[in-house]
Amino acid sequence: MSALLEVADLGMRFGGLQAVDGVGFTVERAQVFAIIGPNGAGKTTVFNCISGFYRPTSGWAMLEAQPIHNLSSHRIARLGLVRTFQNVRLFKNMTVVENLLVAQHTRLVTNLWSGLIKLPRYRRSERQALEKASFWLDKVGLLPYANREAGNLAYGQQRRLEIARCMITQPSLLLLDEPAAGLNPQETRELNTLITELRAQHGVSVLLIEHDMSLVMGISEQILVMENGRPIALGTPAQIRSDPKVIKAYLGEE
Amino acid sequence: MSETSLVLLQQVINGLTLGSIYALIAIGYTMVYGIIGMINFAHGEVYMIGAYVGLLVITALGLLGITSVPVILLLTLAVCILVTSVFGWTLERVAYRPLRGNPRLVALISAIGMSIFLQNYVQIGQGARDVAMQPLVSGGWRFGPANGFQVYLSYMQVLIAVTTVLFMTLLTLFIARSRMGRACRACAQDLDMANLLGIDTDRVISLTFVLGAGLAAVAGVLVGLYYGLINPFIGFIAGIKAFTAAVLGGIGSIPGAMLGGLVLGLAESFTSAYLSTEYKDVVAFLLLVFVLLFRPTGLLGKPDVEKV
Repeated sequence: MSALLEVADLGMRFGGLQAVDGVGFTVERAQVFAIIGPNGAGKTTVFNCISGFYRPTSGWAMLEAQPIHNLSSHRIARLGLVRTFQNVRLFKNMTVVENLLVAQHTRLVTNLWSGLIKLPRYRRSERQALEKASFWLDKVGLLPYANREAGNLAYGQQRRLEIARCMITQPSLLLLDEPAAGLNPQETRELNTLITELRAQHGVSVLLIEHDMSLVMGISEQILVMENGRPIALGTPAQIRSDPKVIKAYLGEE
Repeated sequence: MSETSLVLLQQVINGLTLGSIYALIAIGYTMVYGIIGMINFAHGEVYMIGAYVGLLVITALGLLGITSVPVILLLTLAVCILVTSVFGWTLERVAYRPLRGNPRLVALISAIGMSIFLQNYVQIGQGARDVAMQPLVSGGWRFGPANGFQVYLSYMQVLIAVTTVLFMTLLTLFIARSRMGRACRACAQDLDMANLLGIDTDRVISLTFVLGAGLAAVAGVLVGLYYGLINPFIGFIAGIKAFTAAVLGGIGSIPGAMLGGLVLGLAESFTSAYLSTEYKDVVAFLLLVFVLLFRPTGLLGKPDVEKV
């Protein structure tokens, strides 16, 4: 069986700036894979290329052996790759449960007429969507807040709701861009548990960008280190920790 | 009732009638703005096309020998909504979608171009002169003393109010309850995120153009029947007024467009009655200036919260 995500020779050029150059890696099924590196290393640009936000100027990306580097984001999402952003991007004026219902949009019957006259099929699928939403709300501990406006949740809760919103689309690969940013140590530990669970119970692979080294080293199987748009190291946490190039990039040279 | 209160009542009736029309058109502006942040300046023309389609359908039904007024009205509205929606859909597909991702000014210029194009298109097809639309619904009620001021409420005004309320209710239910409506609200808040969650945002954008055009068509038919005369230029001033109504109520907000339309209609009708008809546009636009000065987000608009 082929790898879940294969990225090869990925490059992104903005005018005269080569933001990402020659990035390649492979994410296996049910694996946690981290991309780390100093600020401005091009990590988020890689995410943007893979999730259809940018069209990479060179190289390719394949999800389950299907090329995705020139598809639009909603097609990529339908193929099973969803992402979060560095900042929280919930639908803040909608309720918590509505955020999860809207994310199931593509998997539901959206026929205008069956919606208007509320055919039994429509009702049934709406009920299933609600059940699924409450399952995930329970999972991330937000069930009591189902009818709150999403914008009124605490920051850590908003982060968890975002992950739930991604998971409800039944992705095979979840891209998390700095999921621990702004979380307190307690919330970071909960996030750690959540990611481990998602992978163990739902078989999802997680590709994450993170600065919190305790989180990264604790849950990742593979780590890619980037600096100035180029990959400088790839390996297990133990290998990365002792790689002289990585130490140089992070701590500088004597 | 005293004469002054009867005159006042008359102005409220006239104002609400006019306001209903503005509100119907304003929805199209506000929905499109809410989702793609663009002012569709060709929307007034879509309304004008709605009025012409109405004229053609009513004439055709007359030739077919259909005389029942409710049947004519229902058929006309249905055909008009259908045909005008196709215009709205095509407009977006041809003139705006290829330009998406460009600076807003580009789409705005394209909209002005489409506005000129549609005006001329109708002029070539239908002539530039006023065309009369036969009144389908005539008559009304009169209240008040036999020898003093009498309030006149025409059946047509009632029809306009009822139709407007009906379509507004349908739209509100659709947006609040249906799945597609939920997708619309999500797109209005964060188009990119909606897209990433697998929502086909192009379809949602098309839908807003179709809905907006459908409501404008309803307004076109009603205006044609109310005033009895239409020409290819009615879209311009109606478009500007409805746009004002949308901004007044808070652009991007659907209840805002409804409220803005009614406020504008009332303001115009009061000015015509108590000041002078010539000043009605002045007052309408002054109102806009003051709302923008003291409440830049409009009456019901939400302040633009931090976009990180």
